[in-house]
Amino acid sequence: MKKFKFISYFTFAIVGLLTTALVSCEREFSEDITLATFPTIPEVFTDNPVNLTDEFFISFDPADGANVNGFDTDNDAYRGTQAIKIDVPAPNDPDGGFIGGIFLDRGEGRNLTEYTALTFWAKGSTTASVGLFGFGTDFIADKYAVSLNETTLSTAWRKYIIPMPDPSKLVQEKGMFIFSAGTESTGDLGYSIWIDEIRFEKLNTFAQARTSILGGEDATRQVYNGELVVDGVQQTVNLGDGSELVVNIASGYLDFHTSDPTVVQIDAQGKIMVVAEGTATITASLNGVEATGSLIVESKGEFIPAPTPTQDAANVISIYSDEYTNVNIDFYNGFWQPYQTTTSADIEVNGDNILGYENFNFVGHQFSDPTVDATSMTHLHMDILIPGALPSNAKFIVTIKDFGANGADGGGDDKTQKVTLLSSQLRGDAWTTIDIPLTLSQRSKVGQFIFENGGSAVTNLYMDNVYFYKQ
Amino acid sequence: MKFKNRIQTNRFQLFSLLGVIVVLSVLFTSCDPDETQVVTNFTTITMQDEFDVAGAPNSDIWGFDIGRGNDGWGNKELQYYTDRSDNVVVEDGMLKITAVSESYQGAVYTSARLKTQGKFEQKYGRFEARIKLPWGQGIWPAFWMLGSNFDIVSWPQCGEIDIMEFKGQEPTIISGSLHGPGYSAASPVTKSFELTNDRFDTGFHIFGIEWGEDYVNYYVDDVLYNQITPEDADGEWVFDQPFFIILNLAVGGGYVGTPNSSTVFPQEMLVDYVRVYAAE
Repeated sequence: MKKFKFISYFTFAIVGLLTTALVSCEREFSEDITLATFPTIPEVFTDNPVNLTDEFFISFDPADGANVNGFDTDNDAYRGTQAIKIDVPAPNDPDGGFIGGIFLDRGEGRNLTEYTALTFWAKGSTTASVGLFGFGTDFIADKYAVSLNETTLSTAWRKYIIPMPDPSKLVQEKGMFIFSAGTESTGDLGYSIWIDEIRFEKLNTFAQARTSILGGEDATRQVYNGELVVDGVQQTVNLGDGSELVVNIASGYLDFHTSDPTVVQIDAQGKIMVVAEGTATITASLNGVEATGSLIVESKGEFIPAPTPTQDAANVISIYSDEYTNVNIDFYNGFWQPYQTTTSADIEVNGDNILGYENFNFVGHQFSDPTVDATSMTHLHMDILIPGALPSNAKFIVTIKDFGANGADGGGDDKTQKVTLLSSQLRGDAWTTIDIPLTLSQRSKVGQFIFENGGSAVTNLYMDNVYFYKQ
Repeated sequence: MKFKNRIQTNRFQLFSLLGVIVVLSVLFTSCDPDETQVVTNFTTITMQDEFDVAGAPNSDIWGFDIGRGNDGWGNKELQYYTDRSDNVVVEDGMLKITAVSESYQGAVYTSARLKTQGKFEQKYGRFEARIKLPWGQGIWPAFWMLGSNFDIVSWPQCGEIDIMEFKGQEPTIISGSLHGPGYSAASPVTKSFELTNDRFDTGFHIFGIEWGEDYVNYYVDDVLYNQITPEDADGEWVFDQPFFIILNLAVGGGYVGTPNSSTVFPQEMLVDYVRVYAAE
């Protein structure tokens, strides 16, 4: 450990000196100069973490359920004296129901351009499927993250390969390793994973990389002006044994192209911005090789946000808004099976979050933990936007449900207030502000809203600023 | 012991021929070839196609097998062989044999098979080609030879020398084989060669044999990996007559199995050159 630390500082010192020298004499780089690069050390963990500090492991957030107790070393090693041992907890473990995190280079980062893959050896106490292995996640930008999903371990040591989509991009990488494991594949039984000999290697045994975006499909998305993120970026490679391996890769590896820069612009950092009304097709390439899949963007232009709420926060109980603090929410879409068709397509425009619903027939918001005491409130407010021309049969039905004495949905003590808005009370392509006077006599344990289209052709919907207030 | 020495001798000879003398002679002058053994140097070029003239392959050298053959050329292969430029063309200084997934004459794949039968046939010599191979489940390229009496005595009596066979689903491995009476089809005299930290579909490699009286030596690039002699053959040695060359890219068949959903089409077999040498 000490030895590697020394190398790290030494390299850093050279870079420092060089910078000082160049700055102080203010000259151009001479042609003879060799620019210092970041360390190229390939090993991440052999018997100990290599060239990493003692605090190399950073767990996922315990607030999200990550268990920080199961990470240790063990003398059951593939090679040498020590391996990493991870005890994967059961979901009901009071210390957290899953385990995972990253191995972070807390120094300047490493230059990995001379390697082609991350490799490691692993085994499990059972043949569990591990949710995620990878590298490139640094909990800062995660720009060059690569992950291998659902790796089934053997109970014997086996070597795993995670190919680099484009090593030339990894000039200063800090995310050395990432894993995340739960018990989905073991029927909620805890198990152990051993990982050893984590390193970057120059392997020439895999090839024929094929990159895809959006699962290789030609997708169409209706959007408003603003930033757009293209997801579902995958790379398939052919391994030396002839098998195919699929990894998920960050969009930072790709170059995006637009068919119409007046509608969709792509900046030097690869950020995709929808800037005007119209249609453009986004495609991508990796290192000059075209990716399969494309995104046809149908931009409806500038999104006009809902009116900013003006009620005093002291008089408001907010369910969904950026203006007020929202109560604890179970969901904004319960995906109620089997009859609900509504999918979510929430959007964010300049920091304003808006609920979006597609294929809308009905959808619910629920806030049961705890329920809301709206006794002192007089109104329910919400803003909705129905894109396009308003259908002549347009209908929008709001049901407010109080869970009654048992504080739970059902049980025979629930009370509801139902309000139906017709086309005369709604607008197309513009925000409709809805203020419903509360007539529900029992409203100390309100736990749910249900929104329906009443069988009308209102199938797309945006919603914002859902809150109770008192006048 | 004798076998080992012989290999080393030939290895030295091969390197010399490849013109890497300066660097490697240092390495190999230290080895001590068996002075008693007979070594034949194949240094006289007798046929050479560098594929430098764009268009159809040189018809003075190459003919074609067309169609599906009998029972998929005896192997249940799935392609229909054509001489269309979609399947075989010389361009960019290379012969390109392309396997295409398409419905054609009742087959679901097309490809090409070139042969020098009746145009160039030779007994003994060094036969080599520089090839970049295709890849994927069910892809079966080969560089091989059949005895020129093939049409008279039929197979396997005519003999078959497989200089290189490759299964697309095993991208790091090729094999070289001899088929003859009593040792053919699924039981030839064969040996595989596996690259270390490399594969055959990402760059060009040289595949060759040195074939003389009572031996066939197999090499890939600068590595001699096998020698087959009459003692290895479980039957009559039929390799003392002229043979002709075949280059083909098959799809499917018993040797490789059927392509699957992960097999990418089209697939290209690129041949930079074919060179044949005889003893002076």
